[in-house]
Amino acid sequence: MIEVENVSFTYPSGVEALKEINVKINDADFIAIIGENGAGKTTFIKHLNGILKPTQGDIYINGLNTKKASIAELSRDVGLVFQNPDHQLFCETVEDEIAFGLKNFGFNKDAISERVTWALNLLDLTKYGKVSPFMLSGGERKRVALATILAWDPKILVLDEPTIGQDFHQKDKLRQFIVQLNSQGRTVIMVTHDVEFVADCNPKVIVMSNNRIIATGSAREVLTNFDILAKASVLPPQITQLFIKLSDLGLPQNVIDLYEAKQLIIDLTKGRLNNEGL
Amino acid sequence: MSIVEIRNLSYSYPGLNKPALINIDLTIEKGDFIILTGPSGCGKTTLCRCLNGLIPHFYNGDLTGDVIVTGLSVKDNPTSKIAQHVGFVFQNPENQLFALSVEKDIAFGLENLAVPRTEIRKQVDHALDLLGITNLRDNAPYELSGGQKQRVAIACILAMHPELMILDEPTSFLDPVAAKNLFEIIYALNKELGLTIILVEHRLDLLCTYANRVIIMDEGKVKADGIPRDILSSKEVLSLGIGIPKITKLYLELKASGIHLGDPPISVNEIAQEIRTLMLND
Ligand SMILES: Nc1ncnc2c1ncn2[C@@H]1O[C@H](COP(=O)(O)OP(=O)(O)OP(=O)(O)O)[C@@H](O)[C@H]1O
Ligand SMILES: Nc1ncnc2c1ncn2[C@@H]1O[C@H](COP(=O)(O)OP(=O)(O)O)[C@@H](O)[C@H]1O
Ligand SMILES: [Mg+2]
Ligand SMILES: [Mg+2]
Repeated sequence: MIEVENVSFTYPSGVEALKEINVKINDADFIAIIGENGAGKTTFIKHLNGILKPTQGDIYINGLNTKKASIAELSRDVGLVFQNPDHQLFCETVEDEIAFGLKNFGFNKDAISERVTWALNLLDLTKYGKVSPFMLSGGERKRVALATILAWDPKILVLDEPTIGQDFHQKDKLRQFIVQLNSQGRTVIMVTHDVEFVADCNPKVIVMSNNRIIATGSAREVLTNFDILAKASVLPPQITQLFIKLSDLGLPQNVIDLYEAKQLIIDLTKGRLNNEGL
Repeated sequence: MSIVEIRNLSYSYPGLNKPALINIDLTIEKGDFIILTGPSGCGKTTLCRCLNGLIPHFYNGDLTGDVIVTGLSVKDNPTSKIAQHVGFVFQNPENQLFALSVEKDIAFGLENLAVPRTEIRKQVDHALDLLGITNLRDNAPYELSGGQKQRVAIACILAMHPELMILDEPTSFLDPVAAKNLFEIIYALNKELGLTIILVEHRLDLLCTYANRVIIMDEGKVKADGIPRDILSSKEVLSLGIGIPKITKLYLELKASGIHLGDPPISVNEIAQEIRTLMLND
């Protein structure tokens, strides 16, 4: 469990990036954090594995105060994938990169080689095992960054913009995998600007704006709350936008899911046909 | 009039036997607004690097074929010369920012072009305003959030008024409103000043209404090239796993269930209109 109690944070430059953050995240929660550029999302999640410590207030990860724990200690349970993979990758080959964390956490040789193979395969990187991460495309590098963390299977997975550089196919694979991990009891927290990805994943949503949390709720509640979205510079998903435009036809205004939308439109046309048939 | 001519271009990065680009032939007209898309790793960034001279001047490797941009053969001209005509927004904004303040970073490119001081001030102010970062002008770029950095990187290039602007996944760090603003800014420049745009993007829903042409790459080759409406609903594109907009997908799903809505839509307004028409005609 993650308990965030009245946390504020000020960077050395004097920018107050978090203001009085209070939130409790339970085991096996699936959370998306959305909000405008500079809202404080990255600053917030960097607190979860102790890279940043609160200027005021406290954060407890499974009862352990992050101020009293090292990054290494916290990282075994909290795996953080950075927004920019260049901040994370430094080894000579993709394989070494993935093995690095595993070695640090004391996995044995066989387990390391098994997990490296597994992670490479999961993220479609097998052909790049012996290649330098710096010779990869932006999207491929992001997947290496994901692979390094997924390999040691942390209980809490924190992903800063996981879909950057990913095509539709990779994004969908990532979604399926995240949902599966979550259903196996892992806590997943992802920061994203991709509202369509949020609609597809259907997590709980935390909205940050101006360095505060301004709303929390289900994906459906939040993505159809237009006042909140506007404050956080987020636009509703396309399906939601469509149903708002068609509200005069008697369609509901809180739809985010493609297949729900499809069924509602089919019902609408059938309703018409039935009425005429009478 | 064409602004880019690519003839039989192939390129391999040093030490890799698999070419990143294979026999590319492409003509881009002045005033085109092009979306360049395709699976991760297919060669989009590599193609962009050939257009501004980073390949072959900074990346070694094996280049064959011809690339002519704004009348200049890229092989035979230094990148500094090409940069006077071609603006390039990097996929990773951090590779582009190095000055001690946002303002200095934006001014830097203009100073290199020997633009007079008063004009530089004007252009810097304008670019800051367009990207909504006037309040960050004195900040150090390395102390900004990901999206703020990306806005600065874009402002740097906009301020230089290039003839051809290449943006490599320029919205990856932007919030949705900022992404939409960016598309509207460059769309206006495209319409009013005839600025040619090549924009690499995966999320086609955000911008297919602005572009007149979509080019799809796969495994180093151009696989499809046409107007957004045709490309987005073509079978070949679906099989490549390109992310078509949700409303285009809804259209295809409804079609599979026997509900026919006319032409494939590329915007929310279009599909809303088609559903309305269907309801009235039934
Ligand atoms: N290293 C730093 N030093 C000083 N200020 C910083 C630093 N990193 C971020 N900031 C500032 O802190 C605030 C929050 O930044 P943060 O990176 O948490 O935003 P974000 O919500 O992740 O934004 P984005 O969507 O653009 O990634 C912003 O005002 C930003 O300029
Ligand atoms: N600097 C580099 N050195 C070697 N190979 C590279 C380099 N940059 C990219 N590649 C490889 O070239 C191919 C195309 O990459 P890129 O053009 O960056 O793809 P994308 O379409 O994602 O932009 C990929 O297989 C990638 O691994
Ligand atoms: Mg961030
Ligand atoms: Mg790229």
